[in-house]
Amino acid sequence: MNFTNLITVLPETILLVAASVILLIDMFLPDGKRSVTFVLSLLALAACAAATYVLSDSSGKSVYAFNGMFVSDPMSALLKLFSYLTVGCSLVYSRRYIVSRGMASGGSLGGEFYVLALFALLGQMVMISGQNFLVIYLGIELMSLALYALVALRRDHAPATEAAMKYFILGALASGFLLYGMSMLYGATGSLDLAEVAKAASSADANRMVLVFGIVFLVSGLAFKLGGVPFHMWVPDVYHGAPTPVALLVGSAPKLAAFAVFIRLLVEGLSPLAMDWQQMLAVLAVLSMALGNITALTQTNIKRMIAYSTIAQMGFMLLGLMSGVANGDISLAADAYGSAMFYAITYVLTVMGAFGVILLLARNGFEAENLDDFKGLNQRNPWAAFVMMLLMLSLAGIPPLVGFYAKLSVLQAVLAVRHIWLAIAAVLFSLVGAFFYLRIIKLMYFDPPPEQSAAIEAPPDLRFALGINGLAVLVLGFVPGPLMSACAKAIALTLAS
Amino acid sequence: MILSKLPILSIAIWCPVIFGLIVFLFGRDDKPRRVRAMSLIGAVISFLVTLPLIRGFDNAAHGMQFVEKFAWIERFNIYYHFGIDGISLWFVVLTAFITVIVVIAGWRVIEQRFAQYMGAFLILSGMMIGTFCALDGLLFYVFFESTLIPMFIIIGVWGGENRVYAAFKFFLYTFLGSLLMLVAVLYLYLESGGSFDIQTWHALPLPMDAQLLIFLAFLAAFAVKVPMWPVHTWLPDAHVEAPTGGSVVLAAIMLKLGAYGFLRFSLPITPDASHYMAGFMITLSMIAVIYIGLVALVQRDMKKLIAYSSIAHMGFVTLGFFLLNPIGLQGGIMQMISHGFVAAAMFLCIGVLYDRMHTRLIAEYGGVMSTMPKFSAFFVLFSMANCGLPGTSGFVGESMVIWGGVKINFWVGMLAGLALVLGAAYSLWLVKRVIFGAPGNERIKALQDINLREFLMLSLLLVAVIALGVYPAPVADSMQTSVADLLRHVAISKTY
Repeated sequence: MNFTNLITVLPETILLVAASVILLIDMFLPDGKRSVTFVLSLLALAACAAATYVLSDSSGKSVYAFNGMFVSDPMSALLKLFSYLTVGCSLVYSRRYIVSRGMASGGSLGGEFYVLALFALLGQMVMISGQNFLVIYLGIELMSLALYALVALRRDHAPATEAAMKYFILGALASGFLLYGMSMLYGATGSLDLAEVAKAASSADANRMVLVFGIVFLVSGLAFKLGGVPFHMWVPDVYHGAPTPVALLVGSAPKLAAFAVFIRLLVEGLSPLAMDWQQMLAVLAVLSMALGNITALTQTNIKRMIAYSTIAQMGFMLLGLMSGVANGDISLAADAYGSAMFYAITYVLTVMGAFGVILLLARNGFEAENLDDFKGLNQRNPWAAFVMMLLMLSLAGIPPLVGFYAKLSVLQAVLAVRHIWLAIAAVLFSLVGAFFYLRIIKLMYFDPPPEQSAAIEAPPDLRFALGINGLAVLVLGFVPGPLMSACAKAIALTLAS
Repeated sequence: MILSKLPILSIAIWCPVIFGLIVFLFGRDDKPRRVRAMSLIGAVISFLVTLPLIRGFDNAAHGMQFVEKFAWIERFNIYYHFGIDGISLWFVVLTAFITVIVVIAGWRVIEQRFAQYMGAFLILSGMMIGTFCALDGLLFYVFFESTLIPMFIIIGVWGGENRVYAAFKFFLYTFLGSLLMLVAVLYLYLESGGSFDIQTWHALPLPMDAQLLIFLAFLAAFAVKVPMWPVHTWLPDAHVEAPTGGSVVLAAIMLKLGAYGFLRFSLPITPDASHYMAGFMITLSMIAVIYIGLVALVQRDMKKLIAYSSIAHMGFVTLGFFLLNPIGLQGGIMQMISHGFVAAAMFLCIGVLYDRMHTRLIAEYGGVMSTMPKFSAFFVLFSMANCGLPGTSGFVGESMVIWGGVKINFWVGMLAGLALVLGAAYSLWLVKRVIFGAPGNERIKALQDINLREFLMLSLLLVAVIALGVYPAPVADSMQTSVADLLRHVAISKTY
């Protein structure tokens, strides 16, 4: 082991050490001083961001560590930076909720929340940088175990326990799928290393049958982690049952990591078989968009609605992933995957804000979970209503908000490989989707507030972060160019290496 | 000259948006005077900055003027690209003018969330001007779509009883059409080798089957917006539920976005498909003119009547376009501008009555003249303009379209002429039932005539209607070159 190895994993090391230290410190903190844990967690994230930024500053080349098991490249840097941002914002949004609920139920949502969130993030970072089947699998498990525990954190709350149970059992099944697929691929190619797998898969004497068989399991496992139909069953229950801050953690940053794993496993490892897995992704995408958008229409709980909308949005993102290769031509691949990455990042930014608004409305002993709780929000808190309106319009894909450009770039990729009917299906399902996003706006703006509605107060850091989040969705809509180019460039450099 | 160096179009677009944002975010409902002053100043300045466009416009020049072009999203080759020709020039001015009227119209009428109301209209104004000026396909789409947001809010928040239904119908109808257009726009982007420039698309050769599909996709967006029969059903609902200002903007400008789209996209990008589909489009337009005219005749709600009359008038516009001869096309554009003033005025008149009586049912009125003589004079004059009396702006466009129709086929002209009679019938019958006769009930007897503010906004529109009717030459002259260029372009086949 040499020194470069340790430099490459510096952000991961920092986070691991910080999370362990925070766990120790938190043990000795009295209940009233939990804000120390909060501040320390944010500092740890800032340190990670600084380390990642400094390391990525070089020429955009990929740096491999530990015999090619771990990689630091432009894609990983960009995704990690957005993961830190997302987790950081999630902690800010959640703090008040955790403080009030933790005190009410005897400290069950105390410092563990922060530490588990950091460990989940560590798992995501390993997923993003993994370059070997086993490393990626370890990352997924580290993230998943932390998230299972987070969902179950409110142990006196029956729906949360039920959700955690479902999540755990189905998650374990998906991990099994994934491992089984990996073992098939290992059997067919004789390696766990992605570069070796790619080499073996493209050679003429590879056993195609076994490879495709393995890919089926691999894609199923990944689709579970992303929440694509027909592997989506856990999503609504977990979003609904978990405490809102946990739903926020489950629903935001892990999507970025799941995207990275798609790129690592399917694109970097198995691009010679793109024609096979692209068809699987197309089926997943269309089913997800159809079921997600249509089922979301009938929901009365906003967290369930967001869950189904996530399913639909991830389906849209998969469209970008499946348009990289047409007839063996890979010249459009970087554009297509870049647009999918832009989609994933902007989606995470937007949905994070939506959860932030839900957390803003939640008060002691009251969850703003039903759609009706949003009634007349414009009269009670115009600023929150305005932010939520921007976020919903962005999710619906209406210009000039950033969600439009995400949909645009993915549609462009789909049309570039001449899947015209897929593009038309995608826009028609977006139309269905627009209805339930607009319904939130209707509730906030058109309906009168309920009779005995208390004024909405929020700590300044929450209001500030939420305001920035809403404005980011608007500003990115006016200048989407830099982030779009950054995504395309990161993917291009990553694929080139 | 310093004037020519300024980015006038950008100023015209962003000036109302910035004022709108200021009013929207900082305006406070407990200080309505300040909000009113702020909105009026914003609207008037936004209107004044469009006037140099008229002065600086060169009637003889070909192509686009006042062009501004910067790279915007480099990854997709999207440009911040604005410019106007003779076709779009007057709509920029019209939009800014109508916004001033709308601000005046909402002066005291709107009581709830006044700042948001004014802010929404100012922002909407900037977006509509942007749509008329955009020369980049995606930029056009962004503005075209984003106008839906403020209008959705305006109908839904300040609308009537059934406003939620109307707002959703409005939004989803138009959104569906636009999404299909988006697919066509992206297809053109890929076909042209990665360009969103509309003028590049104009020159792009396309096979016939691709042209037909693109034409239909654009038709989906524009026909809903215009609206053409049979996708017009959202409009009466939206009009009836929208507040007066919303109806005014909807009728005067938003419908024109669709008609304008035909001129900027459908005709020049898919000329062969346009020729092929012209008969179909003329048929749809004739149905709109005649059938919707008959529907207007039987309406009991004044606002609904004017809404249907709007659809019939827009039928004249699309009829003129797809005659594909200079006189018809120019007549269509004149009709668009005239309808902008006349429809705005009609909706304002109904708003004036509604503010006093809180009903729009024709049966509740009668003999308004006895108590509101000044208002009645305006109402009669605007109704005359609505049915195309010579000397008013309504006559110019309709007569040109009929003339163009006769040139193509006598019966087309004949039927269109017949439709004028229908227009006269429903307009005059409305006047008879509302204005003339003995006062229908006690509330009519207690009516107050229009105040100075209402007088001001109606007379501004009246001046425009008469001026355009008596002396349309400046407007007609400035669009002549552009119309001729457009038709010359459409006449040349692009298939290969």
